Amino acid sequence: MTEKIKHTILKTKQLSIGYKTKKGTSVIADNINLDLKQGELIGLVGANGIGKSTLLRTLSAIQKPLNGVIEINNNTLENYAALDLAKTMSLVLTEQLMAKNLSVYELVALGRQPYTNWVGNLSEKDISAVKKAIEQTNLTNLKHRKCFELSDGQLQKVMIARALAQDTDLIILDEPTTHLDMYHKAYILKLLQKLAQETNKTILFSSHEIDLAIQLCDTMIVMTKDKVVSNSPCHLIEQGVFETLFPKDLIGFDKNTGSFRVKK
Amino acid sequence: MNTKHTYTFIILAIILLLCFVMNISLGSVSIPFSEVIASVFGNSNNESWQYIILDYRLPKAFTAILVGSGLGISGLLMQTLFRNPLAGPFVLGISSGASLGVALVILGSGLFGGIFASLLITKWSIVIAASLGSFLVLLAVLLVSSKMRDTMAILIIGLMFGSITAAVVSVLSYFSSAEQLQQYIFWGFGSLGNLSWNELFIFFLIYLFGILLAIYSIKALNTFLLGENYAKSLGLNVKTSRFIIIIATSLLAGTITAFAGPIAFIGLAIPHMTRQIFNTSNHKLLLPAVFLFGAIVMLICDSIAQLPSSDYTLPINAITSLIGAPVVIWLLVRQRKMVF
Repeated sequence: MTEKIKHTILKTKQLSIGYKTKKGTSVIADNINLDLKQGELIGLVGANGIGKSTLLRTLSAIQKPLNGVIEINNNTLENYAALDLAKTMSLVLTEQLMAKNLSVYELVALGRQPYTNWVGNLSEKDISAVKKAIEQTNLTNLKHRKCFELSDGQLQKVMIARALAQDTDLIILDEPTTHLDMYHKAYILKLLQKLAQETNKTILFSSHEIDLAIQLCDTMIVMTKDKVVSNSPCHLIEQGVFETLFPKDLIGFDKNTGSFRVKK
Repeated sequence: MNTKHTYTFIILAIILLLCFVMNISLGSVSIPFSEVIASVFGNSNNESWQYIILDYRLPKAFTAILVGSGLGISGLLMQTLFRNPLAGPFVLGISSGASLGVALVILGSGLFGGIFASLLITKWSIVIAASLGSFLVLLAVLLVSSKMRDTMAILIIGLMFGSITAAVVSVLSYFSSAEQLQQYIFWGFGSLGNLSWNELFIFFLIYLFGILLAIYSIKALNTFLLGENYAKSLGLNVKTSRFIIIIATSLLAGTITAFAGPIAFIGLAIPHMTRQIFNTSNHKLLLPAVFLFGAIVMLICDSIAQLPSSDYTLPINAITSLIGAPVVIWLLVRQRKMVF
C-alpha cells in the first residue's frame, strides 16, 4: 500500500541486558539485534521470567544495558536529554496507578507534561492533542469519569491515551493485556494495531497473548533462553521459532492455526 | 468545573477572613468588637487593649495561619511524594527529628554546663536545632527509601526513626533537671503565642521560601501522581524534584516545629479534608486549597484553645487532634471511600 521507505525508529546492536550486583553481573539475554520501523506494531513474547520486562525497561532507559548500543532515531539512548526522550518515547507500565482520583481527562493531560510550562498549564495545542488521544481510544464518553470508577480494561485504554497524548514516535507497553478478559485482550491489541496504522507510531508491547499477537503484529520479537529473534510472524512460524518458546511436555505449537494446543 | 472551584475558593477566603477576625476578637480579656478593629488600625483609646491586640493576638493569629497552612502543605507534599495517604511530617519522623534537636539543646545543655549552656538556649538555637534535626531525619528516611521499593517499608522506617529519637530523648531526660524537663515538655505542648513581630518575620521568610519551593514543584507533584517510573518517562528529573520537595517539607515542618512546637495532626489531616471536599488530586487546586484549609482550621483550634473569657489556655496540640480527628473520621465515613 505505502511505497515510501519506512525508517528505523529503534535499533539495537549487540545489546546485552541484565543486572549488575555486588557478586557480579547476571546476564539475562545478550546479542539482541532489533530494528523496529516506523508505524509498526511489534509484539514481544516469551515465557515467564525470560526477561521481557528487563528488555523493555532497558529499551525505555529505566535501567542501563550491560553492553551494546540502543539507538532511537539514529541517536544513542544515552545521549538523549530526559525531556527530549520524553518527546520521543512514551510508556505504559504494569505498575498500579496509585492516584485514582484523577479524571480520565486529567490523567491523559498528564501526558502533555513534556510540552507544558513550569506550572503545567495546557496550551491550545496541548488541549487538542489530549482531545485527539481521547477520541482515538474511544474514551470520549468517559472523559469526566474518575479513574477509580473505571474497569481494568477502561483504565488500560486511559493509560494508552496518556501515552498517545505524549505524542512520541515510539510507545512501549509492558504487558498491556494482563488482568483483562479475552474480549478486552483482543480489543486492546486491535486498538494498538489501529493506532500504529493511523498515527504511524511504532508500538512495542510485551504480552502472553501469542495467538493474538501472531494475528495482529507486523513484527514479533521472540525471547527464548538461547536467543532473541525478531521477524514477521509468518517467517517466525515457518522457522519454527514458536516451538522453542516453552518446554515441550505440556503444550505444542500448531503451525496451521498459529496457536498453542494442549497435548492430549 | 472551573467556576465551581472559583466559588469554593472565594467562600474559603471569606471564611478565613472571618476566622481571623474571630481569632483576634476572642481571648482571656474580653474586648468589644469595635475596639478590636480600632486597635488593629492603632486608633484605640485603651492602651492595654491596643497592646493585647497588636503585640499578642495579631502575631498569634498570623502564626496560626503560617503553622496551619505550612503543616498542611508539607503533609500534602509528603503524601504525594511517598504516594501514601498515611504519610505526613509526623509519621515520617520529621517532627521527631525536630524534637530530638530541641531536646539536645534544652536537655543536653546541662551536659555542657555553665555559661555555654545559657548561650545555647536562645530561641534561635532552638529554631536551628529543630530545623537541622528534621532535615537530618528526613534525609535519612530518604536515603533508606531510595533503596526500598515498598512504600510501606518507608513508613515503618520513618516510625523507627521516631522511636530512636524518642529513646534518645528519654535518655537525655533521665539526666536532666526538673526545670529543663519542664521547659522541654512545655515546648512539646505547642504554642502559637510566643512570637514577637521580629521572630514572626524570620519565621515568615523561611516559610515563604518553603511555600515558593512547593509552588515551583506543582508540576512535578502532579507527575509524581503517576509514580516515579512514569514521572521519569515524562522527562521529569526525579531526583532533583524529589530533593526540592523534601527541602520544602523540611523547611516548612522544621521551622514550624521550631517556632510553635510539634503540632500534631494538622499535617496528616488537612490534605485529606481538602481532597474530600474538592474531590481532586490536581495540585494546582490542592495547594491553594490546603493553604486556606490549614489556616482556617488552625485559627479555629487556637480560638478554642484560648477558652475565651477564661484565664486558662489549653495546649494547642491537644485541641488540633480533639477537633480534627473526629472531622476526618466523619468525612471518611460520609464519603464511604477514601479519596487519594
